[in-house]
Amino acid sequence: MAQNVNFDLSHPAVEAGLESPADENVVHDSFSQLIAEQSQNEGLSDAIELQHLQGNPDDDEGRDNVAYLSPSENRGWRIGSDEAAEEDNETQTDSLLKDRWSSATLKILSSMPSRTIGRSRGAIISQYYNRTTELRRRTQKRASIKDFSRSARPSIRGYGVEVDTTDSAEKKQERLVKNLQDLSAVDRMRMLKEMPLNLSEKKDLRRLTLEMTKRTRSSSNLPCCSYLKFQIILALRHSWYSCLSFLHSLQLWQMPLKRVGGRFGSGVLSYFLFLKTLLFFNVFLFLVLGSFLVFPQAVYLPELPESRTPFTGLELLTGGGYFSNTLLYYGYYSNHTLPNCPKNNSTRPECDSRSLSYNMPLAYFFTIGLSFFITCIILVYSMSKSFGQSFRIDKSNGMLAMKVFCSWDFKVIKRSSVKLLSENICTQLKELLGDTHHRLVRNTILDKLIKLLIHGLSWTLCLGATAGCVAGIYCFSDYMHKKQESSENDSEDPGLLNEASLLALPVLVSFINLMLPILFQLTAWMEKYNSPSLRTFVSLSRNLILKVSVLGVLCFHWLKRVAGSANDDKTFKCWESFVGQDLYRFLVIDFIFSLLDTLFGELLWRLFSDKVLKRNRRPGFDIAKNVLDLIYGQTLAWLGLLFTPLLPAVQILKLLLLFYIKMSSVMMNCQAPSRPYRVSQMTTIFITLLCFPSFLGSSVCVTYTMWRLPSSGSCGPFRGNKTMIQAGKQRIAELVDENRSLSFLADAHTYLVENPLFLFVGAAIFLIVIYFQSQVVDGQRKIIALLQEQIENEGEDKKFLITRLQSVHERKRTPARNLTSQLQDSGC
Amino acid sequence: MGTTASQLAKDSLSEYQSNPFKTRICQVFSTSEDKDGSLTFEDFLDLLSAFSDSATLEIKSHYAFRIFDFDDDGTLDCGDLEKLVNCLTGETEDTRLSSEEMRQLISNILDESDIDKDGTVNLSEFQHVISRSPDFVRFVLLSETF
Repeated sequence: MAQNVNFDLSHPAVEAGLESPADENVVHDSFSQLIAEQSQNEGLSDAIELQHLQGNPDDDEGRDNVAYLSPSENRGWRIGSDEAAEEDNETQTDSLLKDRWSSATLKILSSMPSRTIGRSRGAIISQYYNRTTELRRRTQKRASIKDFSRSARPSIRGYGVEVDTTDSAEKKQERLVKNLQDLSAVDRMRMLKEMPLNLSEKKDLRRLTLEMTKRTRSSSNLPCCSYLKFQIILALRHSWYSCLSFLHSLQLWQMPLKRVGGRFGSGVLSYFLFLKTLLFFNVFLFLVLGSFLVFPQAVYLPELPESRTPFTGLELLTGGGYFSNTLLYYGYYSNHTLPNCPKNNSTRPECDSRSLSYNMPLAYFFTIGLSFFITCIILVYSMSKSFGQSFRIDKSNGMLAMKVFCSWDFKVIKRSSVKLLSENICTQLKELLGDTHHRLVRNTILDKLIKLLIHGLSWTLCLGATAGCVAGIYCFSDYMHKKQESSENDSEDPGLLNEASLLALPVLVSFINLMLPILFQLTAWMEKYNSPSLRTFVSLSRNLILKVSVLGVLCFHWLKRVAGSANDDKTFKCWESFVGQDLYRFLVIDFIFSLLDTLFGELLWRLFSDKVLKRNRRPGFDIAKNVLDLIYGQTLAWLGLLFTPLLPAVQILKLLLLFYIKMSSVMMNCQAPSRPYRVSQMTTIFITLLCFPSFLGSSVCVTYTMWRLPSSGSCGPFRGNKTMIQAGKQRIAELVDENRSLSFLADAHTYLVENPLFLFVGAAIFLIVIYFQSQVVDGQRKIIALLQEQIENEGEDKKFLITRLQSVHERKRTPARNLTSQLQDSGC
Repeated sequence: MGTTASQLAKDSLSEYQSNPFKTRICQVFSTSEDKDGSLTFEDFLDLLSAFSDSATLEIKSHYAFRIFDFDDDGTLDCGDLEKLVNCLTGETEDTRLSSEEMRQLISNILDESDIDKDGTVNLSEFQHVISRSPDFVRFVLLSETF
């Protein structure tokens, strides 16, 4: 820096009273002296810089917007002036607004790193250089601290920030390329993918990186066999990537989903995505059960003792009649090892000693258990993933910034939907602003009491209606059960009317499921809630209580009444098949009622409001109600898995048809939702509901059935009037007897699973892990608060420096201006 | 539609989008010298890649920041925020916020998101706000029926 250092102490910048900040005197005596000295030096160094900048005095002065730089305003920004410290703070909290600054300050402000990172290519490259260095250092061995130069500050040693940032762009790019080539291939691809640069620049970087790696690689002499291995691995990876991209293009329903998302936004799209997820669950179940249970049994058909009833169309609805002795139900499956070769002479061709044997009861037992276990794992995994995405550690108090920055849905392309979205956002913003305004407004005691009364009334109404309907189902199911028993006692052959009367219970239950939510909606209209999310939660919980209680009473009916009345004569001689048929009926009737609901709720309502009421508003698509219906159907499917191994196939058909029907109905009849809908939160809630009441309930029922209920004596894989678990254990004992090598399994089972100590230890470890995680989260919250404070202090420093810079520049300018005006005066 | 050397003018895209941010999107992704917002083929690819399913949160937040930065100075100050809110709430009179509400809204936003209290929201602060919202990645996606 070979420049003329002006040591003139009578320089106007120095003379203009460089006071130290007033509050520093309170803190340290010696510190204030230090600052006083430093202020003098600072004034001089400012002078140097200002000389540098004042190469073109005319340009500089000309560009300044003089009207804003009035001296009266400047006084407010003098640091360490006579005003009190609070006023200082107030003026300091004035933002660094653009229009008050001189061009030199503006130049410095605009080239600050925090502002350039968003727009300058060089800044992005150096940021990613730092990141790749950090990644390299993390993956490689950490260099010891004595390798670093002493001048580096201890806190930044090892972070690579000793690099001089005034390098040219090419040098930065070179260093970034060098770093990239040192990373592993996966990390390199990820880094390149994350860089927010142009496509052409990323291509350049990649090309340079690969060139250098090729150069370094070809320079080393690889032995030819590892080179070959290398090429093979590369070829395999390349073919794997092309395979993946092909699979990606085969995604189910990609076009319809994009169309729905474009017209209705992400809320309605989440319903269809949920449907797709359920479809995949059912496809998985169908594959497992089909390949392990249905297929072997279909190959080795058992002999049918009775003649089949002829096929009438009613079977599709009732599941009985022709379907009652088929692969569809539990009663059809044999209880011995397939193929069934009786000891006496057999004419069956597959009864050779060399044919494969397949133990059907064991297979049934383990397949059901395995499918439930895997479904549980998948559900818990997706629930935790979804929960992890929406859970935030720092408790942020405001939603406003998030709403403004994150609420625009770029997917929406239809003009009317865009308009709706804008209206939606406007309403939400106004509501939130009103909230912050009126939070302090207190309701009178009378208002609160009235509100409480109304809430209490509506809750009583809803719960009462639910209880009444549940009691009605209980009594009706009892009546139907008795009627069924008496009718079977009376006649041999149940007529068609009898078969059709079996449909009465499912129709009643579906009717209640359709009508009661409408009642809940009507009661919700008269209530007033503080926030729309509270309203959504209340309606969701009411619907949930209804569905859980209905399913509860139905399970009681099946597991206690039907199973309890099983005996070996005519009445309910195969109660599992009967329960399976009942579940089939419930599923089919539920589907029919969904169709009716779509027809009446959406199509006819739209026609009505178009033609008769002549309004332009179409009905909205109620996402929560439809998703709850899907969850209800899936619960029925899971309940019926034990009794009807082919039920997943029925559910798959139902979901496929439902998808196309709902899609066309939504496109034709509905409009985008007018109320705000928080997609991620609701998706998390729905997955949680699918896991907890739905899956847990059905697995508890199935476990209870296998553990406690005696299976029927004359049908199914577990004939013999013992519980399924006892039968299974007996089979395993037989298998172990035959095969000595499997005895360790039985021992492991006795010592591990049945030992209570194992469970205690497992539970204790689980609780300890939870405790640790909660402590970690607490610590992270504290660190976030500390860091936030630190950033605020740095912001104060920045403002201080900028205003000092500005004030010094002005003091420099004003005498110069006086000088020029004096010269002009003298000149005239 | 032309060779790779041809330019896609800003107006031809507006037929397909009624997105209020269409002008800004074209300006951000355009690398043309004339600053008229026209896109070459590579620019168009950049646009689709930034708004695709597989773009990371980093890229989406970076480009969203640049789209919202109406004056291209690297931060979101009061003028930028005001224009942003006006774009969000639409063109009609009954959906616009009054100036009183706008002022309150902007000061609330700056209270919540401006950590270093300099009166503007820079990229890191913007990314900090975005990271709290799980819906952001879901929303910054384009439909493919373009």
